[in-house]
Amino acid sequence: MSLKNFKEALIEKIIFLSGIASIILVILIFIFLAKEGLSLFKSVHLGDFLLGRRWHPISEPPQFGVLPLILGSLFVTLGAAVISVPMGIASAIYIAEVAPPRMKEILKSGIELLAAIPSVVLGFIGMTTLVPFVKHHLNLPTGLTAFSGSVMLAFMAMPTIVSIAEDALTAVPQKYKEAALALGATRWQAIHRVILRAASSGIVAAVMLGIGRVVGETMAVMMITGNAVRMPTSLFQPVRTLTATIAAEMGETVRGSAHYHALFAIGIVLFVITFVINLIADWAVHRKLK
Amino acid sequence: MVEGQIKIAANNLEIWFGQIHALKSLSIAIHEKEILGVIGPANSGKSTFLRSLNRFNDLDPHFRFQGSLRLGGKNIYKDIPVGELRKRVGMVFALPVPLPLSIFENVVYGPRRHGIKQKSVLEGIVEKTLQEAYLWEEVKDRLHISAMKLSGGQQQRLCLARTLAVEPEVILYDEPCSGLDPISTAKIEEAMRRFRKRYTQVLVTNNTKQAARVSDRTAFFLMGEMVELDQTGRIFTFPKDQRTNDYISGRFG
Amino acid sequence: MKYNSYRSEKIAFTILFAATFLVVLPVIFIILMIIQKGYSVISWEFLFTMPAKGMREGGIWPAIVGTLYLVLGTLIFALPLGVLSAIFLTEYAKNNALTRLVKLAIINLAGVPSVVYGLFGLGIFVMFLKFGASILAGSLTLAIMVLPIIITTTKEALESVPQSFREVSLSLGTSKWETIRFSVLPYALPGILTGVILAVSRAAGETAPILFTVAAFYLPKLPESVFNQVMALPYHLYVLSTQVPNVDIRLRYGTALVLLMLVLSLNLMAIVVRAKFRKKKKW
Repeated sequence: MSLKNFKEALIEKIIFLSGIASIILVILIFIFLAKEGLSLFKSVHLGDFLLGRRWHPISEPPQFGVLPLILGSLFVTLGAAVISVPMGIASAIYIAEVAPPRMKEILKSGIELLAAIPSVVLGFIGMTTLVPFVKHHLNLPTGLTAFSGSVMLAFMAMPTIVSIAEDALTAVPQKYKEAALALGATRWQAIHRVILRAASSGIVAAVMLGIGRVVGETMAVMMITGNAVRMPTSLFQPVRTLTATIAAEMGETVRGSAHYHALFAIGIVLFVITFVINLIADWAVHRKLK
Repeated sequence: MVEGQIKIAANNLEIWFGQIHALKSLSIAIHEKEILGVIGPANSGKSTFLRSLNRFNDLDPHFRFQGSLRLGGKNIYKDIPVGELRKRVGMVFALPVPLPLSIFENVVYGPRRHGIKQKSVLEGIVEKTLQEAYLWEEVKDRLHISAMKLSGGQQQRLCLARTLAVEPEVILYDEPCSGLDPISTAKIEEAMRRFRKRYTQVLVTNNTKQAARVSDRTAFFLMGEMVELDQTGRIFTFPKDQRTNDYISGRFG
Repeated sequence: MKYNSYRSEKIAFTILFAATFLVVLPVIFIILMIIQKGYSVISWEFLFTMPAKGMREGGIWPAIVGTLYLVLGTLIFALPLGVLSAIFLTEYAKNNALTRLVKLAIINLAGVPSVVYGLFGLGIFVMFLKFGASILAGSLTLAIMVLPIIITTTKEALESVPQSFREVSLSLGTSKWETIRFSVLPYALPGILTGVILAVSRAAGETAPILFTVAAFYLPKLPESVFNQVMALPYHLYVLSTQVPNVDIRLRYGTALVLLMLVLSLNLMAIVVRAKFRKKKKW
């Protein structure tokens, strides 16, 4: 009996520890990013890091200004958002409110498959189809541009936006819809005047999480945005994002060098950005519940 | 009727769920091997009382209590481990809840957890308890089909057998026949009467007639208080309290 | 007025349909194109031999094996931790600040960019714990990345098991853990399986987390211990597409096809398991 009690107590301890593992992991991630990243600021000013316009990590002396990278990420993200937010919400509405049941299942599976395609495969397809297409039809010197990245990323953000927005729309109580229809509104009027408004918090969360996905996306972006480090001025130029910089340069750094620390510092920037985005999304979801 | 030994004793029991005062200053003694019927309208505290006897209220995070509750003279919160308490105080729920297992596995679920492994012993338990629950004849040839295939009435008798299989001293019934057909109800009531010699039984029911048919003594609960407790014959014919009278006569039309 | 509002509904629905079509159609296009351009190189040699001549010839066997090892390693770490964590949330956690914090942490883990996981894995497993770039370091990194997937799907599966099952088990005098073990987990198993498959698919397809923690550029032999580097399918595709000039394009498509089929078949499996589970649910 006491052996059984001991076993039970042991299991409950393990369950509790596993339960709080997520908290520990988030803290560990932050600690290790900080441990490696913050030592950069012994030699480089935070202001020069965040606002510096030159990222020349291997020149002499090296320059670690991440502004062009931040702007690169921003350009690509905004481009992707402009495409994916309206299309994603439109698809969510169609799937949640308009599509007949069978069609709905097929579309949802299709979106799920899209979410499953590895980003390196999408990057590869982008290289072989989208990049030449952009180069040829927009008459550019290269198709490896922020614009190409935006299109590809819009595509990758879509599953997140569609599925979460669709959940939010489906969660709107049926009685709202029926009340609108009873007052003589058409289905479309019911959708855009009543349902969209009732689901707005969930849709905000969907958009935020979609953007979070875009900001953090690495492989596809690295493969099709051209990776040129310069202050971007147009969507139709090669750019370099925060994520691509880490992925592309970490392999060649000397462990413990300023460059190595600078890449971790970029990691901190990314971690903080996505953390904030997720907080906003979480806040939006919980506001909905009230 | 001769009063037996006291099996369960509640003393000034108070129960809250958050702000709701669900049971107010209840003192009651349940006798060894009697059937105690508990009647009363919804939210009268009768189910709360029942679920306090096997510490099922503890499952609600907002549950708080005061006072003492004893089983065989022992404090059920201090002197008896909760697992042992629930083994000794079995429960049959309002809706039949067979686990999605075979009939056989449903019955031996408890015994297996309590360490019985021998197949012959388990088979003996299954036959004995199913017979006691008046289900054996109907299922003896198909013990290994899914319990979900049985009718509602059969399922409830299976649940009764499953409770008997851990050899309880007390059986709690929480409106056990609320969704059942008259034949199954009759069989369960028959089983309860047969158990009189062996188990202490507490029957919470919405059906006053059922309490009148089955129980030795009956308690009437209203708004968290026990209004009256008396021999069943007396409480249904000469209730002392006006509220009891109103409730019973309302029910009897 | 009436006429106009119906016409605008028609226009609106057409636009909505077009948007959805534009989202889903490219998926089919991509899959078909990879199949069409990649299937001709798929052969016994391609799948089961070592790459040769700087990857310009030969097969992708070590990348397939590497990915299988990584996926297996990921599951070994992530499955127990994820399932236990979900059990904590559904069966034990009280409605308090700690639980709220755990949930927030899970949401954030799900949102951390994959390349940041790569950095973290490099910092803690490769450098700090001195595992070096190895299967062990890569699996641990991927395990942390897929943890939120396993937790969320397991949690959903546990929550779908009726409360009454737990009550019945407890009423028979079993302990809380016995109740979970015998009356909850068995009925949540298909749901947990769905989560496992999705996690495997994610781990198999990710590149960024393994870049600095395990992936080998060109290593035409199989690993001998968990402290070895390995090639992996997604990284191999990246390398073939960007780092190795003059590769036969069909080799790239072939690699993409193998990776895509691995990942998609896993996801289809998850969809089927989930559908069966929903249909079969008898309670």
